[in-house]
Amino acid sequence: MEKLIEKYYRPRLPHIWCPGCGNGIVTSSIIKAIDKLGLDQDKTVIVSGIGCSSRASGYLNFDTVHSLHGRALPVATGIKLADPELNVIVITGDGDGTAIGGNHFIHTARRNINLTVILFNNNIYGMTGGQYSPLTPTDSKATTAPYGTLERAFDIAELAKAAGATYVARGTAFHANMLVDVIAKGISHDGFSLIEAVTQCPIYFGRQNKKGDASAMLKTQRDNAVTVEAAKKLSPEQLEGKFKIGVLHQSEAPEYTKQYQGIIDRAQKGAK
Amino acid sequence: MAKVLLLQGNQACAEGAIAAGVTFFAGYPITPSTEIAEIMAKRLPEVGGKFIQMEDEIAGIGAIVGASLTGKKVLTATSGPGFSLKQEFIGYATIAEVPIVIANVQRVGPSTGQPTAPAQGDMMQARWGTHGDHPVIALTPASVPECFTLTIKAYELSEKYRMPVLLMLDEIIGHMREKIEIPEYDTIEKPVRKGPRVGPSEFKAYEPDSDGVPPMADFGTGYRYHVTGLVHDETGFPNGSPAATEKLLKRLHEKVERDIDNITMYEEYKLDDAEIAIVTYGGTARSAYAAIDMAREEGIKVGMFRLISVWPFPEKEIAQLAQKVKVIVVPELNYGQMVGEVKKAAEGKVPVKPMSKYDSEPISPKELLAFVKNL
Repeated sequence: MEKLIEKYYRPRLPHIWCPGCGNGIVTSSIIKAIDKLGLDQDKTVIVSGIGCSSRASGYLNFDTVHSLHGRALPVATGIKLADPELNVIVITGDGDGTAIGGNHFIHTARRNINLTVILFNNNIYGMTGGQYSPLTPTDSKATTAPYGTLERAFDIAELAKAAGATYVARGTAFHANMLVDVIAKGISHDGFSLIEAVTQCPIYFGRQNKKGDASAMLKTQRDNAVTVEAAKKLSPEQLEGKFKIGVLHQSEAPEYTKQYQGIIDRAQKGAK
Repeated sequence: MAKVLLLQGNQACAEGAIAAGVTFFAGYPITPSTEIAEIMAKRLPEVGGKFIQMEDEIAGIGAIVGASLTGKKVLTATSGPGFSLKQEFIGYATIAEVPIVIANVQRVGPSTGQPTAPAQGDMMQARWGTHGDHPVIALTPASVPECFTLTIKAYELSEKYRMPVLLMLDEIIGHMREKIEIPEYDTIEKPVRKGPRVGPSEFKAYEPDSDGVPPMADFGTGYRYHVTGLVHDETGFPNGSPAATEKLLKRLHEKVERDIDNITMYEEYKLDDAEIAIVTYGGTARSAYAAIDMAREEGIKVGMFRLISVWPFPEKEIAQLAQKVKVIVVPELNYGQMVGEVKKAAEGKVPVKPMSKYDSEPISPKELLAFVKNL
């Protein structure tokens, strides 16, 4: 790990995340996946939005963009389409990616442009101090829901699949090795990839909802996660309150930037 | 060989962008700017460039910010409601110093307003639309040929100062057809971005040269730097100290202010012996030429100071004008926007009369002539 830190992290630590936050585990999983695949560090770009998880871009030693709240995907789309040789990885959170960035999320998935999105899901807005997000479970407490949330949460993996994502996976901070694996597969996949990384926010989500400390929240991830393979053998009743981890969906479809090259070829033939 | 064509202002803007070396456009359809997107969709792949229609106006400008970071020259085009939505990324490109060009073909507002009718009501939004203190450069073409040349100019300025440049067309200019002589594009000098002169290990992404502008590395070339909308120091990383905050904001303003004489563009029309000066811009200037010619035939000494660059505002030139003439008239298609700047620069030395029109019709030469005669 020390070698990985030296190679892939900028000398800017300590980070801003709270004690017990899972973002460090998810970030290191991204780095391990990049290292495992041997991506060219000079040809890899990390784009993030705004929020706790989006601060990760500043710690990583690549070309990095800390963009605007919800807007990482349009910026990443511009980078990837302008220079398809670059590996473009997007770091976003549940509020950033599915509330203010929700429209960008479904349309980027629909285009099947080769971006890898790692969505850190901590079920809350952490940076602003604990407000509910579209991924906060119903009846949770938040500073903007002192009597409990009314809204139903997105299943972001199902949403991505329905919108046209060709690779969808879920991992957790607890299952860190598996997270590395599903991120690496997502980066290798030629198309839009979403990896939902379930992570704990003991301070702003856990405390308000009596979820215990960071280790208790990690244990909850362990106890409630069921691998895709194991889930096949369980009844719907047995799966009640559980969530699936692993590769949830993978399909083949033409990738946007490659298709665009076809447009250029057609236009240039026509022009001549 | 140069070609003589009959083009719309929007077409000339799109062709100017191609001539300047633009290879990336992202946008969203909106009247009366849509032709720019349509033309870029056809033309860019022909020259090996990329066009993408995004899911909304915000994504359009977001994508060009991303593409610019890879070293491409980029364009987006919009109008009123879309211009409002683009403001947050205009601020981002200003603080993160990402060169981009935005064409705003103005229509009647606020809100949906009158999509197909001309107005010049976004002049103050161009100046102050994005939040916080920031410099801005905005240009207003008054003819189809000028749409072409000012679009190229916009790239020169945007690349030189590393900031957004706004092309403030109005529906009159965007949809007007005129004769235009277009040179061979390979004879046109392409604006060049200033790249790093040191290797990655010595490179500080936001360390300015003596002109206040930091050299910019293309993504993917090994410089591995950080781009953020947070206040940052020379390294590019967040630094919220009062000293770093003041230093950055001061530099962003001063890189433009110190070079204002090189940015300022205007035209003087029959102004030498004028007692009445018309200060105007864009489509409204077209009526002013005619009104001035008619007034001159009647022996009225009137001339025009036509703003070509509206932001930064040419205060010095307007102050000098205020010393020379007896009255200044400011016709514009809004409730009175640039007239306030003219008054400020004139410092009470001469009466400054607004001639505001906001009924969705252009100001006719006869109306302007009548206004001048009734002064």
